[in-house]
Amino acid sequence: MTKYLDEFNDPELARRLLDEIAATVTRPWSIMEVCGGQTHTIIRNGIDQLLPESVQLIHGPGCPVCVTPLEIIDKALAIAARPEVIFCSFGDMLRVPGSDQDLFAIKSQGGDVRVVYSPLDAVRIAQDNPDKQVVFFGIGFETTAPANAMTVHLAKTQGIDNFSVLVSHVLVPPAITALMEAPERRVQGFLAAGHVCAVMGMSQYVPLVEKYHVPIVVTGFEPLDVLEGIRRTLLQLEQGRAELENAYPRAVTFEGNVRAQEMVHDVFEVTDRAWRGIGMIPASGWRLSARYSAFDAENRFDVRGILTQESSLCRSGEVLQGLIKPNECGAFGTGCTPRRPLGAPMVSSEGACAAYYQFRRLANPVAAP
Amino acid sequence: MSKPMDPSPLQPAVDLANWSCPLPLRDSPHIVMGHGGGGRLSAELVEHLFVPAFSSGDDSALARLGDSAVVAVGAERLAFTTDSYVVRPRWFPGGSIGDLAVNGTVNDLAMMGARPLYLTVGFILEEGLEVAELGRIVEVMGRAAREAGVTIVAGDTKVVDAGHGDGVYINTAGVGAVPAGVTIGPELARPGDVVIVSGPIGMHGIAVLSVRDGLEFGSQIASDSAPLGDLVAELIDAGVQIHALRDPTRGGVAATLNEIATASQVGVHIEERQVPVPADVRAACGFLGLDPMCVANEGKLVAFVAPSDADRALALMHSHRHGTGAVIVGEVTADHPGVVVARTAIGGTRVVDLPLAEQLPRIC
Amino acid sequence: MCLGVPGRIEAVWDVDAMRMARVDFGGVTKDICLAYLPDLVVGDYAIVHVGFAISQVDEESARETLRLFEEIGVLDAEFGPSGKE
Repeated sequence: MTKYLDEFNDPELARRLLDEIAATVTRPWSIMEVCGGQTHTIIRNGIDQLLPESVQLIHGPGCPVCVTPLEIIDKALAIAARPEVIFCSFGDMLRVPGSDQDLFAIKSQGGDVRVVYSPLDAVRIAQDNPDKQVVFFGIGFETTAPANAMTVHLAKTQGIDNFSVLVSHVLVPPAITALMEAPERRVQGFLAAGHVCAVMGMSQYVPLVEKYHVPIVVTGFEPLDVLEGIRRTLLQLEQGRAELENAYPRAVTFEGNVRAQEMVHDVFEVTDRAWRGIGMIPASGWRLSARYSAFDAENRFDVRGILTQESSLCRSGEVLQGLIKPNECGAFGTGCTPRRPLGAPMVSSEGACAAYYQFRRLANPVAAP
Repeated sequence: MSKPMDPSPLQPAVDLANWSCPLPLRDSPHIVMGHGGGGRLSAELVEHLFVPAFSSGDDSALARLGDSAVVAVGAERLAFTTDSYVVRPRWFPGGSIGDLAVNGTVNDLAMMGARPLYLTVGFILEEGLEVAELGRIVEVMGRAAREAGVTIVAGDTKVVDAGHGDGVYINTAGVGAVPAGVTIGPELARPGDVVIVSGPIGMHGIAVLSVRDGLEFGSQIASDSAPLGDLVAELIDAGVQIHALRDPTRGGVAATLNEIATASQVGVHIEERQVPVPADVRAACGFLGLDPMCVANEGKLVAFVAPSDADRALALMHSHRHGTGAVIVGEVTADHPGVVVARTAIGGTRVVDLPLAEQLPRIC
Repeated sequence: MCLGVPGRIEAVWDVDAMRMARVDFGGVTKDICLAYLPDLVVGDYAIVHVGFAISQVDEESARETLRLFEEIGVLDAEFGPSGKE
């Protein structure tokens, strides 16, 4: 028995939460979960099918793999192709298409591309290969930033000079702001990303609740956690409330992890970031701060002048903003499949398009080509 | 390179310019690791490159794409197969490349209902390999062959320059005898069949990962590598009507169910709660972000059995040392042919897809 | 994002002033960095993401949450669905 996991997968308790949700809802509501991990839980367990029809779950841009800017992917590919480089990355990124190919293709052409579980593994590889340049692909939301930050900090303090990081962090609160400011917004309540909040705390969401009068419920990742997050959000909506709630108190405190926050604020600084498929969101990303610029792979390798080319058929931006469902895209399942993805959401296991393709093909039949 | 360098005036068997189906090969001019992963990419290589090239007058054996080919030689039917073993690291908890090289090929024969008889072994050795290690490998192979009841009758050894080849690559080819009246194949599953998994899944893949460079983690999980020839023979001898068998190696149970669903053009429905996953395998999959259904097994089989024989099959498996954990996990349906659907633990449904390539640990 | 998994701390030590821990995820263990939660001790539970402990699992809170789930539906049987006016 895996403690703090199995109990939150209990089918009987899930049934009760579902019944409670059905009893709570009197009219249609649209809720967005921002975090790709929650999208995965929802689709993988069939939660979206078990909710009342009047509750619509919109899968938000919570997959860092999906929103990493195309230009950064192309830079990663250019760096990884260099013979002196060992390029280390989380597994999620290996099949994300750049303008032309992906990291797997670079590997097949002789590039030294390695999957790591932790950024610390990449530093170890750097120490073990002093004659190589080791580059780590530092993507992710705020959850992953402390790990990446500590790694860069270690490299600096220990003088591991053959190590550098290609950074592309994205932040949740500005994304919520952008979604709420968009003219076609449909989201009435948010499930906030539990592990992002475990790191950053909850204070950044207070002004969002106040400005947009929208319920935001910090939610975990097991089926019961997600159901409870949905239940509390629906209850707020039914009762006309708009509050910040914590439905994941076992892992999230209001303050978050202060040590982690101090490290990320030392190593990173805020920057504008273009979210793939969505566009520029001001002050929505982190890049390496000046103190650490020597470890910035964008400085170390000349990767300027990259011309990006996004597929014109890919509608991932609309999917990521919840404006269309994946199967409403003309390319879904035909020109765009996990085998041959046009955009990132069809690659990542958290991406809405891949989730729909993998788990929902029956309910959303794809016309034969 | 998209065109084979063929000096002959004959058209190449594969016209890469004019495929009628969405052609993956055009997009992937180089072999990628995924082509060996046992999932969709591997299947495409077989279907679009190998089968057309190897087509001859008699295509029935190859076209079935079974674990081994069943061919007629005089009055006998033989099962005939080959497999190559490149696992890294070569030694892992519960086994080694030597165990896989014997048991893997033995099992491919058994999955067609054959009694495994003889193996040949081909070694491709990298210059610099320690002879002592090779000695340990062949000792393991000899022991495994004796346990499986097969005889290694021929072999070959090649040595490649240091830096070419990864220490040891092993190929084993195997031949077995299919008893009269036994017809088992991936295309023979039919609606109503019961799907049985012979025991807990995910152990081999996780055992190998636990010692793989960069991912190492502490675990007690050992590879389940085992020969299944006599387990299958017992079922056949007892008259159990088995329609299809497959050992869920690369790509795991997910790949196996999909392959048989596609070959038989049937749907498969499984109860996720019934699929036996050991707690520690589940824990390892949890922190790596892997789906246990996609993780390789080396000592398990998935059987598609006539419903009237399901209970008997289960009882027989339980009394065999390699089937003690056998469980009915689902059934075959006429609905949604070629698609595998699972009912999740909380009562929803999801499609269990053919894994694309090998699974990678993820952060999301 | 955020594949964070709870695990139990089995051992704690320092390497070059960086705190590390062996964490048990239910039968498999991994060495992870405890620098962000240096006060945790053997027996504590933490959420681990990409080799780092990012948050402690509050056991009392976990039990409380489960207790609330168990009560949902039980109260409904007597009083009607909670929250509906």
